Amino acid sequence: MREWLLSDSPASRRQARLGRLYAGWLTFRENTLAMVGLGILVALLLCAALAPWIAPHDPYAQDLAMRLKPLGTPGHLLGTDSLGRDILSRLIFGSRITLYIVTLVALIAPVAGLLVGTVAGYAGGAWDAVLMRITDIFLAFPRLVLALAFVAALGAGIENAVLAISLTAWPPYARLARAETLTIRNSDFISAIRLQGAGPVQIITQHIWPLCLSSLIVRVTLDMAGIILAAAGLGFLGLGAQPPSPEWGAMISEGRRFILDHWWVATVPGLAIFTVSLAFNLLGDGLRDVLDPKTGGSQ
Amino acid sequence: MSLLDVENLRVSFDTRQGVVEAVRGISFTLGQERLGIVGESGSGKSMTGRAILRLIRPPGRVEADRMALEGEELQSLSERQMRKVRGRRISMVMQDPKFSLNPVMTVGEQIMEAYLLHARDSRRAARRKALEMLEAVAIRDPERVMKAYPHEVSGGMGQRIMIAMMLIPDPRILIADEPTSALDVSVQRRVLSIMDTLVRERGMGLIFISHDLNLVSEFCDRVLIMYAGRIVETCEAARLHEARHPYTRGLLNSLPRLDQPQDRLEVLARDPAWAGGDA
Amino acid sequence: MLDVDGLNVWFGAPANRVNAVQRASFYVETGESFGLVGESGSGKSTILRAITGLAPDWSGRVDVDGRTIYRDRRDRDFYKTVQMVFQDPYASLHPRHSVDRVLSETLKLHGMDRIEWRVPKLLDDVGLGAKFRFRYPHQLSGGQRQRVAIARALAGEPRLLLLDEPTSALDVSVQAEILNLLADLRAERGLTYVMVSHDLAVVGHLCQRLAVMQSGRIVEMLEVEQLRRGEAEHAYTRSLLAASVAGGRTGTEGGAELSPAATGS
Repeated sequence: MREWLLSDSPASRRQARLGRLYAGWLTFRENTLAMVGLGILVALLLCAALAPWIAPHDPYAQDLAMRLKPLGTPGHLLGTDSLGRDILSRLIFGSRITLYIVTLVALIAPVAGLLVGTVAGYAGGAWDAVLMRITDIFLAFPRLVLALAFVAALGAGIENAVLAISLTAWPPYARLARAETLTIRNSDFISAIRLQGAGPVQIITQHIWPLCLSSLIVRVTLDMAGIILAAAGLGFLGLGAQPPSPEWGAMISEGRRFILDHWWVATVPGLAIFTVSLAFNLLGDGLRDVLDPKTGGSQ
Repeated sequence: MSLLDVENLRVSFDTRQGVVEAVRGISFTLGQERLGIVGESGSGKSMTGRAILRLIRPPGRVEADRMALEGEELQSLSERQMRKVRGRRISMVMQDPKFSLNPVMTVGEQIMEAYLLHARDSRRAARRKALEMLEAVAIRDPERVMKAYPHEVSGGMGQRIMIAMMLIPDPRILIADEPTSALDVSVQRRVLSIMDTLVRERGMGLIFISHDLNLVSEFCDRVLIMYAGRIVETCEAARLHEARHPYTRGLLNSLPRLDQPQDRLEVLARDPAWAGGDA
Repeated sequence: MLDVDGLNVWFGAPANRVNAVQRASFYVETGESFGLVGESGSGKSTILRAITGLAPDWSGRVDVDGRTIYRDRRDRDFYKTVQMVFQDPYASLHPRHSVDRVLSETLKLHGMDRIEWRVPKLLDDVGLGAKFRFRYPHQLSGGQRQRVAIARALAGEPRLLLLDEPTSALDVSVQAEILNLLADLRAERGLTYVMVSHDLAVVGHLCQRLAVMQSGRIVEMLEVEQLRRGEAEHAYTRSLLAASVAGGRTGTEGGAELSPAATGS
């Protein structure tokens, strides 16, 4: 199997593609920290998928008699919050919200950035000027303030928070994609395909995107921490997920009132945010090694 | 005594596909002479130069029974001592001056730095020395060039500046790795003859690494021909055209020649046995 | 096949415009092989880029196959007639596309049918077997990459091939293989070549006629035969000749009629 995957002369398209993936995986696997990051994220994914089965309690069930129990209370491993809800269960269900936010932002922002950046970079001239000035305008605002303004205008709620974060997150991707495009645009392989009569749409989507994608993916994973924190921040300010929902930022916000006497209520979700952010960063570092077109994931 | 004595040098890289041996047990000595190392890409010729300066980083590994500079074993030196060897006793000129000169420092500062790094002397003396050196590499207006930044000089001049910089600490050995491949033909010979003169005047040893048989035969005394990490043939440069080994012959014959038109060029038929046996 | 008349090419804004090529004129007969020789910066590659439209700012007249080319409009027919092979095979193949993808995409662009059959055929034509079909560029050597680039240029079955230093990034033994391949392809398909090179010997091997360029101008145009007989007139051509013949002296004996004026300093 291994031989087949690493074969120097693959016999079919599928074998060639799988071989590439496998070579990339081998490079990635050598990076222990990145594997740790990946492990944490897989665990998070499993948590989210299996939440109803692994959570010991209903995340919304209140039990005022059991409020603010400390860590290690029998039946409530991570204690309970001010309404007697089990923090562990809430964390587990909260992972779904975190993943939801992260996935949506990761789908919207980089794609928008990629589109704007590559078009601006490849077309040049007036297109470049207009698109990049718009990007600059977005970049000129502090991110959280802009997100706050959007949420204030659109109304509080998770979807709007996602939208607001995406709207503020795309400009750096556009810049990055444009810079990449500018270097790729003049390379011989683009000239070669132009000489075959390929049009700009084909060149951008088939030839430029695949090369921009890798650095964007790396950037996204590295930015993920910031996005989770922004979502948590909005939640903390009461502009993201709304109270009963177990969003991690909102949980910290609620726990804030008891931080001196009952520190775990705010700290545990804080640690969760920290862990997941770190995991994304580690993953990003590992992916950078794999996806760098210069190494090609081949050696 | 020979300047450099290399015995059974091996350079290998651990990769996922197993160990790749770039240099597979080569031995040679260098006196006050000009030694050419020729071979195609992947023959291990550049690795040899780098291995001598211990510039090969992990996962690369260098092993040798002996690698002695004027009798002193290089492999036993600490990294700190090695840094003193590089530049002061063995210098290296690389292929493209664009990548070897610092773009944000003037040429003069860089040459002076190269000198002051190895010599305890005043800046004034360093400056004088730098000017002398620039003149030695046939730069007409050294005062002006001293103030120029690397992007303001041409490729040929850049390479001459590199040579000046490498020779200013007065090293015993100069390793030139494809020093003129990035230059135009007409500039190439000029740069080489300048390098040649300086090396001979100072009684240095020169290791000239190149893929170009003709250049090497013209500017060296002795030539090592490398193939697949081994030396397949050693011969006097002047008698290169009498080379025996089929690989060397093949290389010579595959060159198109203006004075001898032929319909088809001879194509080198590689014999796996070349990679196996020693010359 | 190709007729270039009074070609000027420039780069940059009018304020600090660089004239890369000035008033270059030459013609290439159908089936002929024509060389453009000069050192870096002489504008020889720029002429090819102007013809293909990769250098957009030019004036003058360029006729390909009897049809005048306009500055910013080239139709499918043009790309089916003219193709180019680039200097650096490490830069001219998309790092993420397999050989198969490169060739089938090109074939599709030219509206070819039976692509599954044509891809292995093209690989065969350039001396690569079908086993190379699904490899990625990083799994190929320099010479193999250049063969793929040649296959790509041949995919649309062009009649004029522009060769921009096709062998200068390769080892000499590989250079010989590629030059032989190019010669064979020309004979088989009746191609017309325009080859740019800094190496007189390479041009002399593959071409019948050549133009020598220096700082954007064509300084001399002559037949390779004349060059061999030492009938070059321009001083620059002579100095190039001296440099390349001085280099050739270590080959087998003979060819003494070209006096090597050696080191061109």
